[in-house]
Parts: sequence; C-alpha cells; structure tokens
Amino acid sequence: MPSPKRIGKIEFGLFSPKEIRKMSVRKIIWADTYDEDGFPYPQGLMDLNLGVIDPGLRCKTCDQKAADCPGHFGHIELAKPVIHVGYTRLIRKLLRVTCRNCSRLLLPPTEIEKVLSTDEESGPDVLTEKDIKKEQICPHCAEQQYKINFEKPTTFSEVWMEGNRKMEHKLTPADIRARLEKIPDEDLRALGINPVVARPEWTILTVLPVPPVTMRPSIILENGQRSEDDLTHKLVDIIRINQRFKENQDAGAPQLIIEDLWELLQYHVTTYLDNEVAGCPPARHRSGRPLKTLSQRLKGKEGRFRGSLSGKRVNFSARTVISPDPNISVREVGIPLACANEMTIPVRVTPFNITEVREFIMNGPDRKDVNAPCGANYVIRPDNRRIRLSETNLQTVSEMVEPGWTVERQLRDTDVVLFNRQPSLHRMSIMAHQTKVMQGKTFRLNPAVCPPYNADFDGDEMNLHVPQTEEAMAEAHILLAVQENILSPRFGGPIIGGIHDHVSGIFMLTHGLRWFPKRDVLYLLEARNLPRLPPPGREEEGIPYWSNKQVFSLILPSDLNMVFRASSCQNCPQCKEESCDRDAYVKIIDGLLHSGTIDKKSIGAFDGQILHRIIRQYGMRRSADFIDDMTKLAIRSIMLDGFSFGIDDEDLSKTEYGQIREVLDTAANDVRTRIKIYEEGALEPMPGRTEEETLEMQIMQVMGKARDRTGEIAGRHLGLENSAVVMAVSGARGSMLNLTQMAGCIGQQSVRGERIMRGYDERTLPHFKRRDRGAEAHGFIKNSYKSGLSPTEFFFHAIGGREGLVDTAVRTSQSGYLQRRMINALQDLKVAYDGTVRTTGGRIIQFLYGEDGTDPAKSSYGNPVDVKGIVESVLKEES
Amino acid sequence: MSTINVLDHVMVPEHKIMSEEDVQALFSRYHLTSDQLPKIFHDDPAAKAIKAKIGDVIRIVRFSQTAGIAESYRLVIKRPKK
Ligand SMILES: [Mg+2]
Ligand SMILES: [Zn+2]
Ligand SMILES: [Zn+2]
Ligand SMILES: [Zn+2]
Repeated sequence: MPSPKRIGKIEFGLFSPKEIRKMSVRKIIWADTYDEDGFPYPQGLMDLNLGVIDPGLRCKTCDQKAADCPGHFGHIELAKPVIHVGYTRLIRKLLRVTCRNCSRLLLPPTEIEKVLSTDEESGPDVLTEKDIKKEQICPHCAEQQYKINFEKPTTFSEVWMEGNRKMEHKLTPADIRARLEKIPDEDLRALGINPVVARPEWTILTVLPVPPVTMRPSIILENGQRSEDDLTHKLVDIIRINQRFKENQDAGAPQLIIEDLWELLQYHVTTYLDNEVAGCPPARHRSGRPLKTLSQRLKGKEGRFRGSLSGKRVNFSARTVISPDPNISVREVGIPLACANEMTIPVRVTPFNITEVREFIMNGPDRKDVNAPCGANYVIRPDNRRIRLSETNLQTVSEMVEPGWTVERQLRDTDVVLFNRQPSLHRMSIMAHQTKVMQGKTFRLNPAVCPPYNADFDGDEMNLHVPQTEEAMAEAHILLAVQENILSPRFGGPIIGGIHDHVSGIFMLTHGLRWFPKRDVLYLLEARNLPRLPPPGREEEGIPYWSNKQVFSLILPSDLNMVFRASSCQNCPQCKEESCDRDAYVKIIDGLLHSGTIDKKSIGAFDGQILHRIIRQYGMRRSADFIDDMTKLAIRSIMLDGFSFGIDDEDLSKTEYGQIREVLDTAANDVRTRIKIYEEGALEPMPGRTEEETLEMQIMQVMGKARDRTGEIAGRHLGLENSAVVMAVSGARGSMLNLTQMAGCIGQQSVRGERIMRGYDERTLPHFKRRDRGAEAHGFIKNSYKSGLSPTEFFFHAIGGREGLVDTAVRTSQSGYLQRRMINALQDLKVAYDGTVRTTGGRIIQFLYGEDGTDPAKSSYGNPVDVKGIVESVLKEES
Repeated sequence: MSTINVLDHVMVPEHKIMSEEDVQALFSRYHLTSDQLPKIFHDDPAAKAIKAKIGDVIRIVRFSQTAGIAESYRLVIKRPKK
C-alpha cells in the first residue's frame, strides 16, 4: 500500500531579520506587562496585538476571542547584535574556514573543485573543517590567518603570536556578523549551506521575535495576584537591558560600560534561548528555581517531544494501588465503586435499548452499592451538547432521551477494560480484564496474573483504561484478553500460572498419598462446582475416602494424557518412575493423576507443563478456567493444613551444629596449609594463572565446598515438614541455598567474583594482621543468618550486598535506554498478509516473519508442532 | 597477493546474482518495487566476491535456527560517503 504522499526532502533554514520584522505584528519596547487596572500596556509584552488570553477581550490583530485567536509574533529591535547560542558551533566553523579579511573560503577554487567532484552520482559533497589547513595565508588576498578561539558559551577571539608574545583579540558579535555577511553564496554552497534560506549572518541576532502571549500565558494565583510565565520574565530582562543599552549608547557612554551592557544583553538572550548552556550560570526565578526557557520546553523526558507528542495523558483512565484477591478469576479485575461511578462508557440510544437507557438515567450518577445497577453521569444530545445528570434532573432528562442521543453510563460488572502496569516492557503489560465492581479503594487482581505484569503488592499502582467504542471493546476482548495472553511470545510457554502459595499448596495436596473424607473433598473443590463426585478410592468402616490425587484429577480435562518429571525430581541416573522416592514422576492418564507431585513444573508461571498442554489441546478458555480452578484448589489445600515459617524452623540439633563447626574448622585449616605452601613458594600454579591467582581460586573453592557441606548437614535435619524445604523443593520460592544460609553458614562474600581485598593498607579491616590471607580476613562468613553475624562479618556482608544493589541500578537504567531505542526503531513494523515484515512504506525487513512465519505465542516453546504432546495423548505413555 | 574468497568461509551464506526474470518474478510475488528491497553496499566483501554491480539483486540463502533454510534478497547500491 503506497502512502498517499512521499516526503521528497526537508529543508532547514534560519529566520532573517527581514522575515522576523515581516511576521511581527507589533514592535515591543516596554518591559511592563499590565497597568494598575490589569489592562495590557500597548507595545508592552502583553500587547493586545500579540493575542489574548483573558476571556472577554478581543485580539487587536485578528479580532477573535481568546479561544479562537492563535496568537501573533511581535519583535524587539536589539541595540547591538548578539550571538544565538544554538549556532555557536556553526559560527566557529565558518570563522575557521573563511578569510579574516575577504571572507572567502580558505581554499583555491581548484582545490574546492577537487573535494566536491569526487562523487558524481550521489550529488555534490560538502566541505568540512578538516579540508582546510589552519593558520595559513588566504589564497585570494594573501592575508595571514589567525587561530579562532571559542570559549563557552558565546565568546570568540583571535589568537596569534607576535614574536614570543601571545596576542588575543576578542571578536564582538558585530565583528563576527560583518565577517559572515561577506561570505559569498558559492562558498556557502560548497559548505552545504543554502544561502537562500540560511545566510550565516542570520545566526547573529539583530532583532528578536517575541512569541505570542498564547504560548506564555500568565496565571492568576489564588490570592488574585498575576504570575507571569518564565518566558515573559526573561523577555522583561531582555527589554530592560536593551533599553538601558540604547540610552547609554545615545549618551555616548564610555566603551567599558558599553561592553559590559553588551555582555549582559548577550547573557539574557542566551539564557532566554537555553538556560542549561555549559559555562553560563542559569537564570533564576526570585525563589531560586532555574527558569524554564525555550530549549527546556523541548528537551528531555517531560519536554514537548517525549512528554507531549510521543506520550500524552489520557481521559477515561484510572490509577490506584493494587491488592490481591484469589477469589476472583484471572480474567477479572476488581474496581473500587468510587472509580466505577466516575468512569463511563457511551451508549448510543436506539429503539431497542431505550428502556434500558432510561433506567441508567433514572439510577443517576450516585451509585451507593456495588451490587446496585449502574447509573449514568452525562447525556449527550444529537447537537453534541452535554447535560450533566444530577438528582434534580433525572426525571426530565430520562423523558427527553430518544434514539440519536448518547448516554454515558457508569462501569458495571463484565465491562471490558485495559489494565496496565509500568514499565510496559512486553505486550502482556497491558491486558483486557472483565470488570467487577468491589468495595474498597484498590484495584483487585488474581495473584496468578502477577507474573506478566511483574506486579507485587508492596504498594504497586496500576492503570486502567476504559475503551469508548464498540470496535475498541471488541479489539480489546479478542486480542488483549487475559486468556489470549497466557502463552508468552517470548518463549512460547505460559506466563500466567501458579505462584508462591499456589505452588506450595498444590505440592502439599498432591505429594505422596493422602486420603480425605467427603467433607474435606467438598471443601477443597467448592469452587469447581462439580455435578457429582467420582466413586471414592477407598472405603473404611463404611466411610468413603478420596485420595489426594483423585482430588487434583477433578480439575483436569477428562482425556488428558501426559508424563513428565516434576521440579522436585533429582535426575537420578536410573529413574525409578512410579516408585520414585520423591514422588516426582508425574503420570496423568485419561485425566487421572496416577503418580507424581504437582508443583511449579506442572502449574507454575513460566513452565507450567499441564497448563501448556491444556492450552494446546483445549484452547485458551479452558486453560483460563483451569488456572482459576487450580489456584482456588491450591489456596484451599494450603489452608487445610496451614503453612507458616518461623525462626525456630531454622533450628538444628547439637549434632548438626558440631558437624558444621567441624566442617568449617577443617576448611579453615585446609586454607591455612595452602597459604603456607604458597608462602614457601611451593605452590604449583594452574596453567595461565599466577601463583597468587591459583591460591585465591583454591581458597574460594575450598570455602565454597565447606559452605555447601554445611547446607547438606542442615538439609539432612530439615525435611518436608519444614515449610522452607517445601517451598524450595516445590519451586514456590527460595532455594536450598537460602536455607543453607539461614541454618548453616552464609559463606564467602565477594566483589566481582573475588574475595574482598579492598580496605586498608594490606588488610581489609584493622581487626586483622597485615598480609593475612586467611578466610575470615577476606570476607568468609562462618555464621548463619540464624546465629547472627560478627561485626567484621557484618561489614563484609554489607560490602558484598552493595555490589548487587549497584548492579541492579545500573542494569535497569541501561536496559531502559536500550529498550527505548529498540521501540523507536521497530514501532511501526508489521507483518503483512503475505507473511513479510514491512515498514509503513512497504519496505521489506524480513521476507518471512522470523524466517519460519511462526507466531511464537502460538508455538510450543518455539516449535511449530508439539510432537511430544501429540505422541503422549495418542500412546498414553511417555514418549 | 593471495586473496581469500569470503564465500568459502563457513559463516558467510550463499550469495548469487539473480537473473532478470527471477528479479521480475520476485517483484511480482511480493508486489515490490526495487527500492523496497533490503540493500547491500557495492563494496560489501560478499558482493565484491560475486562481482555484483549496482542495481543487481542478490539472493542470499542462509541456514536458519527456526526455519532450516531461509532466503533473502538484497539490492546492490553504492555505499554513500561517510
Ligand atoms: Mg512492588
Ligand atoms: Zn489574534
Ligand atoms: Zn582573503
Ligand atoms: Zn526420581
């Protein structure tokens, strides 16, 4: 599809003084803004010709009211020319490449020809500073050239040697302007400047445009005082100095005073254009706040480009703190009543919905209860006039509405909204949820959708947007709904799934073999809403019992077949399959869990295998239902037994403490012997390493092993009755290493992968002897978090911990910038119907998307076909 | 001076100049004009090795992680200065 118009070229030019005067509607000569009556001064900065901001007044230029007048430029005649800070580099370049006498290019015509004519096809080339030798003699008038010195922000001077003395002469803006004026047009063309639109002398300002008042409106404070815009403040300064300058000039003031005033005028014009120039103190407000001048309005995150054009604030959005609610579906989002009352959806009135719409209006804007039917806040007439609904006009308005009108009704349950958490790093950062109006003041979401948003509940806030048209709602529902985004395009697996307690809960439910009486089974499966229970697995004294595996099977599709190994599998060399010691061999035949423990590998976010299989075989809707059933079952399972962790869960017995001490002492002794060997010079260095490096590596290794040994000792004592072990084994949270550090020994602290070496002269802390290479002196922590750290250990721990903090801080800022560049480069590429990836201009980026044309979100971990899944469901055994 | 042919290197995919008919077929298959093709500079080592001229279209056949074999086409253009 060709774009309707193609941009041939873009031309950048400068305003000439003539153009500035031509577009100006008024010459501004007074620094004052308003008189005592609050009326704008004629020829002042708020002159009525420059446009109007006060309602009621009319513009003297276009005779329109404040709302319609676009504003008009004025101008200030400067007493003497000043440099435009934005062009100092161009000015420097031009001064350096042209003659100080005749202003011709410092290159004979033949040489110019040579540089320019190297390329025939791609058009004429451009001369640069590098093509011209410094401090030479002019080839046209034989004038000796001087070096041009540039000092930030706007000072130019000539430097030359007279005998042994260094001479310096400052160039005034007027001098520079005179030199630039004389540069011939042909020479400018050779430099890549089009003299028709940008004569270089126009970079030296002789007349200053005064922007319309509409872009620097004054605001009225609460106390009735006028407060002027920063730009106006700066313009006042410029006019004041300009006025004084003129008076002094006319009175024939001494050169010194003139120069001072000239510099002051230059300072004010410079800071008016850019208040963050290097080498120039920023102009400040009376309060000490730096002024926001022209350049500051455009630059940076909050500037016009990134802040107002690439990103804007929007209507129909809400933001508040989030909190968890495991009882709502992953597809839902809980919305506070106050929020739902404020946010609206336009409903066009038709003969078919007019009775319903009348009810909305009659319910009014003030819904009191979450279960009450929704009301309406506004009614829009066919002529686009809005009527605000209030208790007083409900009856009249509801009688007035007829087809053709629009009613803005409040949010109610099952509306489609977009839900978002920043930073929006991938597409699952914005998903469509169904609303559920709730009590309270926070957005509620099911913890299973935390992973895609990367949300937690330590004060996180999220945004919510309400689509306003039927098309937008349909698009949100079809493309952005939570169930459509369970599979991540990043790795082709589920990104929504059980977390934390879901995993612990389902692990505790399904591990080993347990029997539940009917009461417990019904409690566990209350949310599943089963029509009937399957026959019990066992009967004892006439009481029926169901097994834990049976209970879990009830949330599975009835013809699911899969075999895999759980997170808790230890990868034994010879797998014992069904008779695994850890019950890690998961076997599901015809929707019945025969063996194995369900844990992170089965239902967790990122690698939930069962989840993944259900999506591929039964679709998104069924899998969203499964997530809801699974999370509810898991939460009930964990509540059935209770689950907690306390300080005494880290306790070991006397034997273990003795063993740990022994292991650490042996390791410390081992290190001491190795140090001795090294000091005697008998250490055999490893290939490519010095002796010292070898010793360091050996010490790290010995102490690392010792730490792991303490972990094993602690692990022997702590079994599945320990909550931390359950969490680590099931993959819910934490690892055996965390447990080792809590109960056994924290181990070596390191900076950049090495033992801690920094600190004092030849030692890390004054507590140690100089040149001590022992384990304690370089950051080995013998203690556990339970036993507590010694002062030196605590210090080393802080050193090691800080590295991690610095790393994260640096990484996030760097990856954020990379992400922004990537987004800007790729933002409007799309996959065309022929499978090619193209830019908006139809230019090809890839001939087939991803080279295989596969949507990774519809793939099975990147593969177009899930062979293992198909084989398993046909053979009903491991493939 | 002995020169090595970059095309012999294992990391360099196959480059072939396409015939006029093949180029026309390509353009009609993808509804393309030549300026919508990806580009390759005339002095690219691979382009030089097959003696491609400005305006030629080169077919590049790569081994692909995802697809096994992936074809791509590039228009030879003059390298702009700087
Ligand atoms: Mg947080
Ligand atoms: Zn106007
Ligand atoms: Zn000259
Ligand atoms: Zn096993």
